[in-house]
Amino acid sequence: MSENVKIEIKDLNFYYDDFQALKNINMKIAENEITALIGPSGCGKSTFLRVINRMNDLIDHTKVKGEVIIDGQNLYSSEIDVVELRKKVGMVFQQPNPFPKTIFDNIAYGPKIHGEKNKNNLEQIVEESLRGAALWGEVKNRLYQPALDLSGGQQQRLCIARALAVKPEILLMDEPASALDPVATAKIEELMADLAKNYTIVIVTHSMQQAARVSNETGFFLMGEVIEYGETGKIFENPNDQRTEDYITGRFG
Amino acid sequence: MQRKGLDDNIEKLKNEMLIMGSKVEKAIENSIDALKKQDIELAKKIMKSDDQIDNYELELEEMCTRLIATQQPVAHDLRTVIVISKLATDLERVGDHASNIAKMVIKIGKEPLIKPLIDIPRMNDIVIYRLRESLKAFIEQDVELAHKIAKEDEEVDLLDEQILRELLTFMMEEPSTIRQATSLIFISRFLERIGDHATNICERVIYMSTGDWDISY
Repeated sequence: MSENVKIEIKDLNFYYDDFQALKNINMKIAENEITALIGPSGCGKSTFLRVINRMNDLIDHTKVKGEVIIDGQNLYSSEIDVVELRKKVGMVFQQPNPFPKTIFDNIAYGPKIHGEKNKNNLEQIVEESLRGAALWGEVKNRLYQPALDLSGGQQQRLCIARALAVKPEILLMDEPASALDPVATAKIEELMADLAKNYTIVIVTHSMQQAARVSNETGFFLMGEVIEYGETGKIFENPNDQRTEDYITGRFG
Repeated sequence: MQRKGLDDNIEKLKNEMLIMGSKVEKAIENSIDALKKQDIELAKKIMKSDDQIDNYELELEEMCTRLIATQQPVAHDLRTVIVISKLATDLERVGDHASNIAKMVIKIGKEPLIKPLIDIPRMNDIVIYRLRESLKAFIEQDVELAHKIAKEDEEVDLLDEQILRELLTFMMEEPSTIRQATSLIFISRFLERIGDHATNICERVIYMSTGDWDISY
């Protein structure tokens, strides 16, 4: 793990009503690295991802205990500006979800609601973001066409560009390639490696091979607990915990 | 992931490897037998059957490669497949040494032996025992046995040195023995190398079971 910790999770517990979805989680997520979260459905990994940008605030009857510290600041302290936080922490979902607007407007949307009005600046942000998401070359001549006309893989990269447009420091990805074909998946994975130079990436994936291919660190979640968390190569060559071994080798259940 | 497909394939790999192991073992046994009886025909047969052992190696390699390509094994499964592919190479080399011994037997031919064979058959017994036990450690994933067998390599090394010393004195006293003594020294060295491969197998078994390399032997 690189020396700088970007996100530190301390004694995190999370509840949906009475159901405890996350139990005593302690994790340090390294800056400018890719951390993969794996585990069976319902193990809490997506809940965990949403805890990092307080997306769970939008769900009723949820309760968080513990701390999520980004750059020394506890996300769940009362002084936090949630809008500023979400700007710092971008998110990409399983299904590409572009707005029913032009490619340009999709990217410019975020900066606009954060107060950017200058047209030249917006144009520059749009180009930079699309370049960052390795999409510029494919769409530069059709910026004002509907984003929904793009292919699935392009739409997903558009969503990544949209996340980059507000200049986040952390990118959360919830199965970003599970709805894509192998070629589009390879592009996203390549892009992730590139993005990790400037961003801290946390990805939830159901594909063991994807976790093994793209990440520096891997965390294995099971029934709301982190069973094992460590260097990806080690996890896939010789995990410490039998439950990790059982899961990654498909012996589970 | 198709767990059953993977399990079946790994089982098949293990079986193939054991068959290869028994063929290799037989080849060493026969080669020393040929030496004891000075049986040229048997020696020739051993050299011929080496092709069969080479084919086993190729087949195992191919099965391992295909399994990795199609099933993407990880963790213990991955280590098992990698280790089998390495073991196939070790066994193939052992087969080569048996064939080399046979070549020396042919070279010695029917000429009377310069001394009764004592240490070479003893070395042969130890080496075959170690090879067999190392494969047993593999099948039973017995780390303790692997450590024990790996340690016993020293005995083989000492015998090899002893044989060398003894034959050197023969050669110094009687230069006409040089030709045969050299062949016997080679045979001893081939057996010693086979012992090293048994040690390799033990080290790989330890890696397969624990995930850690212990190459202190």
